[in-house]
Amino acid sequence: MSAREEILGRVRRALADVPAAEKPGDVPVVRDYLRVHDELTPGQAARLLAENLAEYRAVVHRTDTAGIPGRVAASLAARGSRRVVVPAGLPEEWLSAAGPEVERVPDAPDLGPRELDAVDTVVTGCAVAVAETGTLVLDAGPAQGSRRITLVPDHHICVVRAPDQVVCSVGQALERLDPARPLTWISGPSATSDIELSRVEGVHGPRLLEVVLATDR
Amino acid sequence: MSGRTHLGMPSFPDASRTSTRNTTLRANLGHATRTIRGKRDRAVAELADWDRLRAAGAAVKDRTLRHLDHYLEQLEERVTAAGGRVHWAPDAAAARRIVTDLVRATGEREVLKVKSMATQEIGLNTALRQAGIAAYETDLAELIVQLGDDLPSHILVPAIHRNRAEIREIFTTRMGDWGRPAPEGLGDDPAELAEAARRHLREKFLRARVAVSGANFMVAETGTLVVVESEGNGRMCLTLPETLISVVGIEKVVPTWQDLEIYLQLLPRSSTAERMNPYTSTWTGTTDGDGPREFHLVLLDNGRTDTLADTVGRQVLRCIRCSACLNVCPVYERAGGHAYGSPYPGPIGAVLTPQLRGTGTALDASLPFASSLCGACYDVCPVAIDIPEVLVHLRERVVEGGPATVRGTRTTIRPAAGHAAERAAMRAATWLLDHPGALRSGQRLAARTRRLHPRRLPGPGAAWTATRDLPRVPAESFRDWWRRNRPEEGTDR
Ligand code: SF4
Repeated sequence: MSAREEILGRVRRALADVPAAEKPGDVPVVRDYLRVHDELTPGQAARLLAENLAEYRAVVHRTDTAGIPGRVAASLAARGSRRVVVPAGLPEEWLSAAGPEVERVPDAPDLGPRELDAVDTVVTGCAVAVAETGTLVLDAGPAQGSRRITLVPDHHICVVRAPDQVVCSVGQALERLDPARPLTWISGPSATSDIELSRVEGVHGPRLLEVVLATDR
Repeated sequence: MSGRTHLGMPSFPDASRTSTRNTTLRANLGHATRTIRGKRDRAVAELADWDRLRAAGAAVKDRTLRHLDHYLEQLEERVTAAGGRVHWAPDAAAARRIVTDLVRATGEREVLKVKSMATQEIGLNTALRQAGIAAYETDLAELIVQLGDDLPSHILVPAIHRNRAEIREIFTTRMGDWGRPAPEGLGDDPAELAEAARRHLREKFLRARVAVSGANFMVAETGTLVVVESEGNGRMCLTLPETLISVVGIEKVVPTWQDLEIYLQLLPRSSTAERMNPYTSTWTGTTDGDGPREFHLVLLDNGRTDTLADTVGRQVLRCIRCSACLNVCPVYERAGGHAYGSPYPGPIGAVLTPQLRGTGTALDASLPFASSLCGACYDVCPVAIDIPEVLVHLRERVVEGGPATVRGTRTTIRPAAGHAAERAAMRAATWLLDHPGALRSGQRLAARTRRLHPRRLPGPGAAWTATRDLPRVPAESFRDWWRRNRPEEGTDR
């Protein structure tokens, strides 16, 4: 008997009390929890997202679409960033205000962890952001690149377009996301509380997360 | 490294007697659990629908468990279709063998590890070492435990029993044996210590070819695995290596993608008291050009189907390992995690370990008695596991014997040999009653006891109640009675 058959057989014997005719869907699951916790206008949702991100020590900048290039350039300058990883599909204008001294390193399959370790900053967009929890979700789609590029560099600038990319709740985010894609949910910078429960930011992921929240309308 | 194991541990009362004398441990734990408790209460109070989420979280897990064969087959099919390979491990030895063979097949001699209870449960690191493969823990707390040749003592914060001075000492003396040494003149500020860990581990991340992880959830409908973490070491291990091996208990499956909306709310708030943890990763098989080229999922039974066979004990398999029950448990707070003698300490350990391993050893037979039945663990549990109910049920099994399933075969457990169980129970009860702090929630205790309406008194009083019903004695009176009738004066702490 294979290990698979052995385990499945044990499961079936263990469930001898479950009537043979019962289907999984027959076991009731009441979903009367809230779809969203507060009905928010798009403006309120963007504000809540900004607040929650900031509470988790992300640096949040509010601007509009026209303000993105200037804001990104200012953040790079403030950090003294000379080398920036750029994922495929990142709108060109986002980096248009960064000077020629800033080297653009394209995300590519042969971009290894060691090369990534030598860059200063990564600039990306996101797939969706969750206001209630202060979470950015990246799905490796356009303007986001492979998972490693937002992990190894020490500084991540993430542009969120409001209201299009902002939802209120975790449930609304899941609905929009494709489980077949690899997802990274980010709520604030890397952090640990393992030493006497003191929170320390920046263990292995980026130590600084800057969010450019661009709202039009 | 860590040649220590949880096996061969003394019984709970013996181990807890030692640990309650350790003042550093008690102070660390008292501070830590109080801090987490307060934060958690605030995080939970933020959600008006917490009770409904909790009920849904329990119901989804119950549906899954009642049809576990269906969901496991579906999961296997979806993971395979997405480019992963699924392996089945009936017990710890099989799981160790599968993982060791998979690592050997890559030709590598080292693996990175993401914190995982399942791999601790099967003793994977020791098995890999014996096969000549070095396994590096990458979670900061697990690193502290590993470098200190120690055992984890908390589900979420495994090094909770260590203070910053001890951690500094461990880093200074041991890091060099395992790679980049701690910097000269390392201080004991948490930020400085975390930085030393970052540098120590970064070299390993950048060269890693194989990683071993667990998972918090597996979605049957889509074949997706989910890892919830804070530091980013999980992301490093899940995405940089070429081969990823995930060892996951079969009870971690949930039916649908939508179900994650429940657990991604319940888990962070119960566990770290955050609205959301810093990082959550999900992956479905393999993705071209992003992440590992090879993905193996090892589905672990190791006593879970035996637990499933027990219609009272089955609910324990709902556990999402949030550790909330540890932080509210007065017994855990005094005794510390090591006293429970398994990777699963605290209330969840007291009900899970004796089901996974059986009650054959003195330690495992004593675990169901390592509780005051105050019910705080049930109140906080995000999937509403009635831990006191299962404790009472397991006490009966230890003392009176009864039907149980062991490695897939139905048998009848005999009452624990001689008077060993009763002695263990009596000593556990003595210890508890010696520590009024452990019983502080007096009303709660009384309320819980009434709610449970035990027909027989489990443990010490079993012989007496075997022939009569337990009168409705308020718990406080029993305690007073006990105090009056004890030879020596009890002392708190
Ligand atoms: S038993 Fe409940 S409270 Fe305890 S770790 Fe499991 S899910 Fe959390």
